[in-house]
Amino acid sequence: MKAFSGFSGFSFSRWFGILLKEFIQLKRDRLTFGMIVGIPILQLLLFGFAINSDPRQMPTAVVMADPGPFARAYLAAMQNSDYFRIVGSVDEAEADRLLDSNAVQFVVTFPPGFNRDLLRGKSPTLLVEADATDPMAAGGAISVLNQLGTQVFAPDLPGQQLSPTLPIDLRVQRRYNPEGLTSYNVVPGLLGVILTMTMVLMTGLAMTRERERGTFENLLSTPATPVEVMTGKIVPYIMIGLLQVTLILLAARWVFDVPMQGSLLVLYAVVLLFICANLTLGITFSSIARNQLQAMQMTFFFFLPSILLSGFMFPFRGMPDWAQVVGNLLPLTHFLVLVRGIMLKGNGVTMLWDQVWPILLFMGLVLALGLKTFRRTLD
Amino acid sequence: MFASLRADMQTAQSADSPLVIDVTGINKHFGDNHVVKDLSLQVREGEIFGFLGPNGSGKTTSIRMLCGLLTPDSGSGTCLGLDVIHDSAAIKRQVGYMTQRFSLWEDLTIGENLDFVARMFGMQNRRAAVDGALAGLGLEGRRGQIAGTLSGGWKQRLSLAACLLHQPRLLLLDEPTAGVDPKARRDFWEEIHRLSSAGITVLVSTHYMDEAERCHRLAYISYGTLLASGTAEEVVASQHLFTWELSGPDLGDRAEELRQLPGAELVATFGTVLHISGRDSAQLEASLRVFVAGRALKMAAVPVSLEDVFIHLMQGSEDPFRG
Repeated sequence: MKAFSGFSGFSFSRWFGILLKEFIQLKRDRLTFGMIVGIPILQLLLFGFAINSDPRQMPTAVVMADPGPFARAYLAAMQNSDYFRIVGSVDEAEADRLLDSNAVQFVVTFPPGFNRDLLRGKSPTLLVEADATDPMAAGGAISVLNQLGTQVFAPDLPGQQLSPTLPIDLRVQRRYNPEGLTSYNVVPGLLGVILTMTMVLMTGLAMTRERERGTFENLLSTPATPVEVMTGKIVPYIMIGLLQVTLILLAARWVFDVPMQGSLLVLYAVVLLFICANLTLGITFSSIARNQLQAMQMTFFFFLPSILLSGFMFPFRGMPDWAQVVGNLLPLTHFLVLVRGIMLKGNGVTMLWDQVWPILLFMGLVLALGLKTFRRTLD
Repeated sequence: MFASLRADMQTAQSADSPLVIDVTGINKHFGDNHVVKDLSLQVREGEIFGFLGPNGSGKTTSIRMLCGLLTPDSGSGTCLGLDVIHDSAAIKRQVGYMTQRFSLWEDLTIGENLDFVARMFGMQNRRAAVDGALAGLGLEGRRGQIAGTLSGGWKQRLSLAACLLHQPRLLLLDEPTAGVDPKARRDFWEEIHRLSSAGITVLVSTHYMDEAERCHRLAYISYGTLLASGTAEEVVASQHLFTWELSGPDLGDRAEELRQLPGAELVATFGTVLHISGRDSAQLEASLRVFVAGRALKMAAVPVSLEDVFIHLMQGSEDPFRG
């Protein structure tokens, strides 16, 4: 006991021995070492560069019923504000489709006679429809629109220099989420985040646990085929995933009052696809990882960018191009668009393909990698 | 017990019993590591075949290839009359494989473990088989106990019961008695002999010499190469070793000195006596007579033990990890 009773028994060489052993073990455990170095760099890059809660350059479609000089000036001013990037001029039906499919963030509609009414001082209506499923993404741009009107039109309109009122009747419609409730955005998003976390982790652990404890060998010595083992181990987690989804949807409906515009069946089909994509990744992690700790570390490595770059935590369009490219590789990014599309915009089956194929592609690539490594672990 | 054991050995040694395992030229590599080199093995029906060798010598890999868990890189042969390369699925159905480590599910109960294994083998009369196994273990009352809470000896018995559930014709046991107390070990071997007399072929790997001596025939494998095989007597005779025993008050710590004597290849301490072995009987005897002269030591020729032979084999083969 004496050695512990104070500083008197402290041996520097003993202490140094422990220190040295810790560093040696750290060096051997590549993945932990990678995490110590990788996670701070990842976070630095993501929080420092990628994340911007006041996104600029948001794709905007124009419905132009009166292409006069004032309309052109206004569009130019919108572009110059850096918040808007005009992607093209379309008709009303196409504009709706673009909003629904998440192709644009805004639609600006110049009504017939816009230039004439403006000259006559009749305050023509300028309609700006914003995709408000993520209220944070549209907020900054909408506030800038109000200032634009006075700045653009004042110099060219007689008598307006003195008037403090806006020469146009600017109407902003927050589509899909008129009250700008964040829960509309967060609750469907949580669906994807929770599924990503549990599905990848659970399957990752389920397989490595068998290997770590040596029971995998026993399983393989029975006539059970690899396909039986794999699917038999996965299906319970599919059921768990569907149960989680049901719980979240019930809470969305009865606790958070999130609307359900689309078909529940379509939603569940999309959820199933997403679950499968995550399970594939989990299985692949488990065939690469040597133990449960590594499976957990790999999950974390995947989870962090998923949550930060997918548009769950911060507006997707606020990120620089490289981060959007990375984000587009992640299934969660596309799943979030799908879920918000179905729940808030009422998107039908025909609108889904643009987001479904990236998830399928991800699944295929991961599966190929998984099969390659799985063979090796069997033999 | 020994009388019955001997009688049992006589019956199983009839050389015309059909071969249950008959493989030749089996090779296995893991990366650059040549783990099993040209292994040839013949095991007859109803035989207890001991598989011996130092740690890392390829025993486990060989067993895994025999039961279809691993595919050999080259080689050919049959196990239970089925091709070891192409019929591994069919082999698995008729083989009971007990892994070196306890590999049943520690978080399932005894009953659940047995039931799961029975399901894996697609058994028709699953309940009856599980009940029978529990009764055989004397564990009917502890069906609901979590397997992880069992002692080492019980885990081993449960594992054996689990690999016997589907009534295999061949048992592959990978160091089944590691870390088990002597009483449980003895009981275990009684059980093995019972199974053998019932016609089940047993291939068992072990490090224990007493267990090796209980096998009908043996094979010694070292760093992937089969060095000796046959009955215990044949294996001993094949190495042409001679052993002398030194005892007496002057013995002290002489092992190092004795090792330097011409003709002494192996020196081992057994409590208060030393065993010195070598292949050149005349030279060894002459060296020892000089050594003993003038010292209070007695020397006597003793029968060569299996252990001496194995240590000798181990020294003779090169260890790839020793550099």
